[in-house]
Amino acid sequence: MLKPTLITMLETTRNTTALLVCILREIFDENSYARFLARAGRPSSTEAYADFVHQEAHLRERRPRCC
Amino acid sequence: MNRLLRILVWTLIAFLGAAAFATIALRRSEPISALWIVTAAVCTYSIAYRFYSRFVAMRVLLLDPNRATPAERLDNGRDFVPTNKWVVFGHHFAAIAGPGPLVGPVLAAQFGYLPGVLWILVGSVFGGCVQDFVVLLFSVRRDGKSLTEMAREEISPLGGTVAFIAVITIIIILLGAIGLIVVNALKGSPWGTFTIAATIPIALLMGFYLRRIRPGKVIEASLMGFILVMLSIWGGQWISLSPYASWFSFSGITLCFALIVYGFAASALPVWLLLAPRDYLSTFVKLGTISVLALGILISRPTLHMPALTQFIDGTGPVFAGSIFPFALITIACGAISGFHSLISSGTTPKLVQRETETRIIGYGAMIAESFVAIMAVIAACVLDPGVYFAVNSPAGIVGASAAAATHTISSWGFAVSPAQMSDLARAVGEQSLFNRTGGAPAFALGMAHIFSRTIGGTALLGIWYHFAIMFEALFILTTLDAGTRVGRFMLQDGLGRIWKPLGRTSWYPSILFTSAVIVSLWGYFLYAGVRDPLGGINSVWPLFGIANQLLAIVALCVSTTILIKSGKTRYMAVTLVPLFVLVSITFTAAYHKVLNPNPRIGFLAHAHQIAASTVAGASRLAFNDRLDALITATLVALVFLVVAESARVWFQVLSGRRQPSLHESPFIPSQLASEEM
Repeated sequence: MLKPTLITMLETTRNTTALLVCILREIFDENSYARFLARAGRPSSTEAYADFVHQEAHLRERRPRCC
Repeated sequence: MNRLLRILVWTLIAFLGAAAFATIALRRSEPISALWIVTAAVCTYSIAYRFYSRFVAMRVLLLDPNRATPAERLDNGRDFVPTNKWVVFGHHFAAIAGPGPLVGPVLAAQFGYLPGVLWILVGSVFGGCVQDFVVLLFSVRRDGKSLTEMAREEISPLGGTVAFIAVITIIIILLGAIGLIVVNALKGSPWGTFTIAATIPIALLMGFYLRRIRPGKVIEASLMGFILVMLSIWGGQWISLSPYASWFSFSGITLCFALIVYGFAASALPVWLLLAPRDYLSTFVKLGTISVLALGILISRPTLHMPALTQFIDGTGPVFAGSIFPFALITIACGAISGFHSLISSGTTPKLVQRETETRIIGYGAMIAESFVAIMAVIAACVLDPGVYFAVNSPAGIVGASAAAATHTISSWGFAVSPAQMSDLARAVGEQSLFNRTGGAPAFALGMAHIFSRTIGGTALLGIWYHFAIMFEALFILTTLDAGTRVGRFMLQDGLGRIWKPLGRTSWYPSILFTSAVIVSLWGYFLYAGVRDPLGGINSVWPLFGIANQLLAIVALCVSTTILIKSGKTRYMAVTLVPLFVLVSITFTAAYHKVLNPNPRIGFLAHAHQIAASTVAGASRLAFNDRLDALITATLVALVFLVVAESARVWFQVLSGRRQPSLHESPFIPSQLASEEM
């Protein structure tokens, strides 16, 4: 009886942590960078990140910050 | 859960909420626990989300899980990306949560805790949450179009133009107002100034780390930046006690010019060098601190010492002048309803939503979270002794410049405070003085430090917690300042590019320098005027920001009501029309008073008249500032009145059958994503 409950709890914790990490990765643009690499078919590198920042700068600069 | 149990649970929540409201409203002669406010808030949010937002979703907006969203139809892996609803929720909340819901409620606490709490709860569940939700859904149904574009298409070109002018004006006034908060928090504070100054090299180091050492590892760099900022708080204490303290102790005017130079540099430098790393660091600190503050309130269960209502509801308040209606509602601003949110709801967020049904949790839910941040700010302000609260927040022009005069004036109002109490508190938090630290940030920092120190470290850590709170506020205010300057610069370049093309080129350096200088000069003017104002500046600038922000909310609600009427939902138009009516009453009344009230502490023109006749140094400049503020307020109100009139004309034409309603929605395309139950 205890074992399945423990497994469910562990699964819930794992899923919650994964979701939290995913939220943080999205807020901090890490997912966006991963999508950029996947689209371009390139590995992560100094040059790839520089290109990503250059491409994203246009969007980021125009994004309003709220009050 | 069966139906009977569900009814029982919701009835219990309703009773619990009612009991909490009764306690906070009726217990007048003794302090109450902050947990009553938290309980009232949580019960209100739960019921509002479960019942009201469901009604809006199912009856008014008819959310359709089978309709493909722009994120699905236009998925390009860049700005249009179908994203998990909780991820979009986090993204949206991080974008809408700024300094407004922290500062506004702290200033409005001069009326007591009751008006602020009631307006934050009622205003958000019936106004702010509805606005954010409805605008998000309407933008999703229009390929993620902006509020300005929707206003132009659904009302008239005039609506779009006014929305554009309102946005740029709000950005400028907002930047001036929040810059003033930073100046007031840091003047004469070597500890705070050192910590904030240290965030600039830390951000540059993060930029270098992200670019050269570990490309793209933003969370890692932010964590590293956070640790360095913590070290700089500790270093600030050492600096404040060392002979170098004078290097970091500045007057308001010096800090004002330092901010202007910083804003210009941040706008003109490459984005990766300073702006992006600061933005990441600030978001990291913001999300962490808000979560820890919520935990701190739950663990320490602080007692509110501020009465439910103070005598200042009559408009004679020292923090800012003006009666409870409309000024408490204008001052709280973003904690209840914010027009600025409609820019986010029609900006990046609609391009990420993967199902229409998710707009409910993202639009309505994230605003509930923002409103809860405002509730925490009320608690932080009201846990302070009222005498201390008024000593910190009242300008010298009202209470007197010396410690003895200020404490005598404040004690005569019935809020006992002594010079010794204030100097002990200042020593405990490592400041030279806590008198006349207007703007809301120092009072909020004191309240937050009070809550944190009751949880960890006791009074021994009060100083560290206070400066942590100052750093937290100043960090993300400065982030709003640099990013806002940049957004304003782009908007100006867009506009000027129509007159002379090269000015619109965002990569042409002369244009970058010119437009950055224009935007910085505009908000720098408000900041400078606020610093020079003998009544504390924030008195005039913050209500001006509140009015401008809520005028934008009026535009958003006009667009929403127009779309509802055009789509045949006339019987439900009260959902947006009632908040619109309330906002028009509040904002237009506030604007009338700010321009024409004969009391010089309220009316810009009366103050200009009084100061022009006085012998105060720089009287003519101060009078000019007042007249300019009056002109800006009157112009904004006139423009928004035109939008309301134009919208009412469209409503009348559609409802009377004189005009065939035409919506500009994108066509229905069935979603390929698995449908989800609402």
